[in-house]
Amino acid sequence: MTFPESNDRRKKIGQAVMFGLSKGISYGIVALLFLILFFIIKQGIGVISWEFLTAMPTDGMTKGGIFPAIIGTLYLVGGSMLFAFPVGVMAGIYVHEYAVSGPMKRFVNMMTNNLAGVPSIIFGLFGMALFVNQMGFGASILAGSLTLGLLALPIVIRTTEESLKSVDDTFRQASYALGGSKLYTIRKVVLPIALPNILTGLILAVGRVSGETAPILFTVAAYFLPRLPNSIMDQCMALPYHLYVISTSGTQIEASRPIAYGTAFVLVAIVLIVNILAALLRNYFGKKVKMN
Amino acid sequence: MSNKIETIDVNLHYGDFHALKDISLGIPENSVTALIGPSGCGKSTYLRLFNRMNDLIPETRITGKVLLDGENIYKIKANKIDALRRNVGMVFQKPNPFPKSIFENVAYGLRVNGITDKSFIEGQVEKTLHQAALWDEVKDKLKKSAFELSGGQQQRLCIARALAIEPSIILMDEPASALDPISTGKIEDLIFELKAQYTIVIVTHNMQQAGRVSDYTGFFYLGSLIEFGKTRKIFTNPSKQETENYISGRFG
Repeated sequence: MTFPESNDRRKKIGQAVMFGLSKGISYGIVALLFLILFFIIKQGIGVISWEFLTAMPTDGMTKGGIFPAIIGTLYLVGGSMLFAFPVGVMAGIYVHEYAVSGPMKRFVNMMTNNLAGVPSIIFGLFGMALFVNQMGFGASILAGSLTLGLLALPIVIRTTEESLKSVDDTFRQASYALGGSKLYTIRKVVLPIALPNILTGLILAVGRVSGETAPILFTVAAYFLPRLPNSIMDQCMALPYHLYVISTSGTQIEASRPIAYGTAFVLVAIVLIVNILAALLRNYFGKKVKMN
Repeated sequence: MSNKIETIDVNLHYGDFHALKDISLGIPENSVTALIGPSGCGKSTYLRLFNRMNDLIPETRITGKVLLDGENIYKIKANKIDALRRNVGMVFQKPNPFPKSIFENVAYGLRVNGITDKSFIEGQVEKTLHQAALWDEVKDKLKKSAFELSGGQQQRLCIARALAIEPSIILMDEPASALDPISTGKIEDLIFELKAQYTIVIVTHNMQQAGRVSDYTGFFYLGSLIEFGKTRKIFTNPSKQETENYISGRFG
């Protein structure tokens, strides 16, 4: 049998075009990321100094530093994770390991997805209604952390579930076959294997939470509070909100422009550092799982 | 020889699928019984009756009797299932050591069942690794990850893990199908050694392996037990045409 040579040529060209296209797009995305980073670094690096990182804002937020905003963001990220991580991991374990498949499980899954799709300003409003007013926390780090935690919850649940799904079922069976209970099996076999991937979910959640403005708008963020918070019932400043304030509603927007870029720079740097730390942690646990 | 395991008219359904049909069979004590048959014939499902592994699959229905030392293991209380599983060890198709050290893999079954005496655990781990013919290869690296072992060593480790809690029955679900011929040979030697103390039931796709290691053979086809008997008889003079066709390689 003879096959038309033109067909082989056509296949080859089609392949080259598709491959080139997808390669170009992925490089383009990386380039875009670097462009954003470059822009922020270029604009922001000028104002970065030890003083900028450690001093209080002064002169109507056109001078001085952003120390309270940095500390506030760290508190909020930490607080939200303290809430979202254990709750999300437990929910993920329930959904994947315990819930019997059927309408109820599908419903829970669907609702988790819906929760992930809720606009963040809605979380802000909800947080204000529930934590600030109903539960009487007032605008406070506690209320803000809980609100941000709610936002992070579906991410943590989803990745926990996916991580558990990727644990080969024969590990569970081997443990049951030795007389292991479900709980023991999850604690000693399944979770250690899944942990590195669950930590990836934590990284994603931290990235998401640290940059959110809307959920903290009504629940914790202070427009201007040139001191550190005294307790978790205190308000605090936060980087994304600070950036928003000095770029839109300050009295001297032009004068505070450099500080705005500096703030953006610090925010991006914090997210980057947290991501790197979490990635190191994840690698460490990944190795430990193999070595232990 | 008395029967260690006996099934009487066992039927198993997964949802609408009738996976085991009226299986009645006695498995003699301290012997090796091979279950053979084409993929999907029910042999693995049958094997998993004995430690109630099928319970984990939703919508499974089982009727008939599965007697182990004369007791129907599907009539025992739910809190006796762990005890049943301690008595019935299992080795899986793919070596699946836990992501722990070699030592902790063997000790797992002891720890999970509440044994904390350190020196007892150490003694048991060493004894069991000897039994699984693995001690000499791993004695200097007990703290190392089990994943550093070769596939064949991992599978012997999994056998040691099963032996550590002193079961009386060992189920093996194609234990050598993922291994090279030399590792397979070691596993087979091991099976031969172990049958003095244990009742072994092995599922295999490998006819020669069934012929080499087993005393009894059961041939499954489409969920039914076609024939059961001494391995020598099944392989040289089967009474059913289907058995002969399968063994001589005409199908399956």
